Amino acid sequence: MEKRLFVRGNEAVCLGAIEAGCRHYFGYPITPQNDIPEFMSRELPRIDGVFIQAESEIAAINMVMGAAATGNRAMTSSSSPGISLKMEAISFMACMELPCLIVNISRSGPGLGGIDASQGDYFQAVKAGGHGGYHILVLAPSSIQEMYDLTMLAFDLSEIYRIPAMILGDAVVGQMKEPLIPHPRPDTELPEKTWALRGKGDGEQRIIKSLYLGDGELEAQNWKLHSKYQALKDNETRWEEFETATASLLVTAFGSAARIAKTAVMMAREEGLKVGLLRPITLFPFPAEAYAAATQQCKKVLDIELNTGQMLEDVKLSVTRDTDVFFYGRPSGTGSLPTPEELLEQIRRHCS
Amino acid sequence: MQQVFKRPLSLKDVQTHFCPGCHHGTVHRMVAKALDEYDLQKRTIGVASIGCSVFLYSYFDIDVIESPHGRAPAVATGVKRAKPDSFVFTYQGDGDLAAIGTGEIIHAANRGENISVIFVNNTTYGMTGGQMAPTTLLGQRTSTSPYGRSLENEGAPIRVTELLTNLEGVSFAARVAVNNAKNLMDAKKQIKKAFRYQVEKKGFSFVEVLAACPTNWGMTPIKANERVGTELSDYFKLGVFKNVANL
Amino acid sequence: MARIEIDEQRCKGCGLCTIICPKQLIILCSKVNNLGYTVAVFDPSAINCTGCTLCAEICPDVAIKVFK
Repeated sequence: MEKRLFVRGNEAVCLGAIEAGCRHYFGYPITPQNDIPEFMSRELPRIDGVFIQAESEIAAINMVMGAAATGNRAMTSSSSPGISLKMEAISFMACMELPCLIVNISRSGPGLGGIDASQGDYFQAVKAGGHGGYHILVLAPSSIQEMYDLTMLAFDLSEIYRIPAMILGDAVVGQMKEPLIPHPRPDTELPEKTWALRGKGDGEQRIIKSLYLGDGELEAQNWKLHSKYQALKDNETRWEEFETATASLLVTAFGSAARIAKTAVMMAREEGLKVGLLRPITLFPFPAEAYAAATQQCKKVLDIELNTGQMLEDVKLSVTRDTDVFFYGRPSGTGSLPTPEELLEQIRRHCS
Repeated sequence: MQQVFKRPLSLKDVQTHFCPGCHHGTVHRMVAKALDEYDLQKRTIGVASIGCSVFLYSYFDIDVIESPHGRAPAVATGVKRAKPDSFVFTYQGDGDLAAIGTGEIIHAANRGENISVIFVNNTTYGMTGGQMAPTTLLGQRTSTSPYGRSLENEGAPIRVTELLTNLEGVSFAARVAVNNAKNLMDAKKQIKKAFRYQVEKKGFSFVEVLAACPTNWGMTPIKANERVGTELSDYFKLGVFKNVANL
Repeated sequence: MARIEIDEQRCKGCGLCTIICPKQLIILCSKVNNLGYTVAVFDPSAINCTGCTLCAEICPDVAIKVFK
């Protein structure tokens, strides 16, 4: 029988990262992601890894920058306000084209907000949270298994495309326990790191920088980054479809909201309602083609998010032109998540 | 006749962007010379900061990563921890290290990271046009202290070397200047010693270099050089503050 | 017996070498280089240069070579 673990999502991220070969973790405490630094502080020293609890979120992400620059897999984790503090360095790393992993077990906001599950950081994650206009790879797990699998995928894609990657979760997928079937790191072909700093030796000097002052240099770098984003859109979008083929109402949600939405869709199906679920797994690149295809036939979309409508903008840009997009949002702060019954009621309204 | 003074191997043969009389060039050469003397060029990863010092990679023939403003000690921590066999130094100005980067320098020093920090203190933000720095002297007029820095409004200038000396993690701390013959010789010696600390894995080493910024001080290079020996050295005392291994 | 060579195209005319030379063998002249700086020159008739290298040590532009 295959090995099964019963772990929290935050632990699954750590297990995935370690299996993916990450030996460098730099972080700072903030709820609800503390299981991650706690796990890493216990496990990394046992396998000759490096764990540093930094003096701030800012220092932690800059340590990631340094470690990543040497070609080693490096990561940090935090939660919303802490992620805001990391944004300057993430912008630098996007321009420097440094692979790394940032885990955001997000909380509600704006401001200090609360620690309950929220999807208020979609814009920040997907639309360049820092300055300058850039993208990072954003993956949104909705199960503990995916917390493990997508962490490994994030490291691989991050190296292949030389782009920082983010796991965007929340307290639901971070702190909930579910069975996890661990498996070895996939045998992905990875490019040689001809850019990594190593001390020049007898070779040419290597420079990792984001300052381009020469005439046209920065513009060229921006177009280079742009073509990378296009390549990600062309090759790396991932999503899950459930009962979409026969749906006349397409429910869409990501991460923790998608778990509840899926239950509601199953309940609706039992009532005979023709409903399906489209769940984006990559938030950047956004699986626009999946929406375009699904809305060839199905002309009603109900977007459900734990915010006041953020992914909604991307959904509207992705569906066919004559599709109606409805929204049901529950920005957290009430202390409770929407129930499947609550979402079923929404589904019924749009099916009538 | 033999050539007895030549450009260090670690320093590229290029023109710098520094203004006439700026001490950055002098400090660059000394750092490069120290790298050469310990044969470190091939395994060095330099960490550049923000300001006039950002072009480290244009002048040093070594691997370099640029870091966000003030974060060089954190970036250097990441580099050194991930690649312990490399020689890692940061090169930072006073705006970078003593203002926006106070958190990073204090904690990297306190952890006793086995890195070396060259801190160039010219009492001003040079590249942005001569604004007040945490090290600007009382009464000094800058573009953001046009009436002179006042104790009441801005507090007193920070003596970073003394501050760091108190931290357990710091193995070597010195303040030097490059304005006259005696100070030049001593600066060379202390920079070399700081690097030796790292080479021998003896912990965090720090050298503050008092430097002239003629352009932003509104002085001729010679007057600015003089000011380093008078006003700056009066407030920021030169010397070795900590040398735990007695190297 | 020693002498120095100043790379006139690298010299920015800051004059720091002129004040550090113990024998005052370097002066700023009226000659302007390609960068527009009036450059430092070594007195070609100087016979008392000791090759102490102080001028080269302080030169921020590494424009001085010393021969001995």
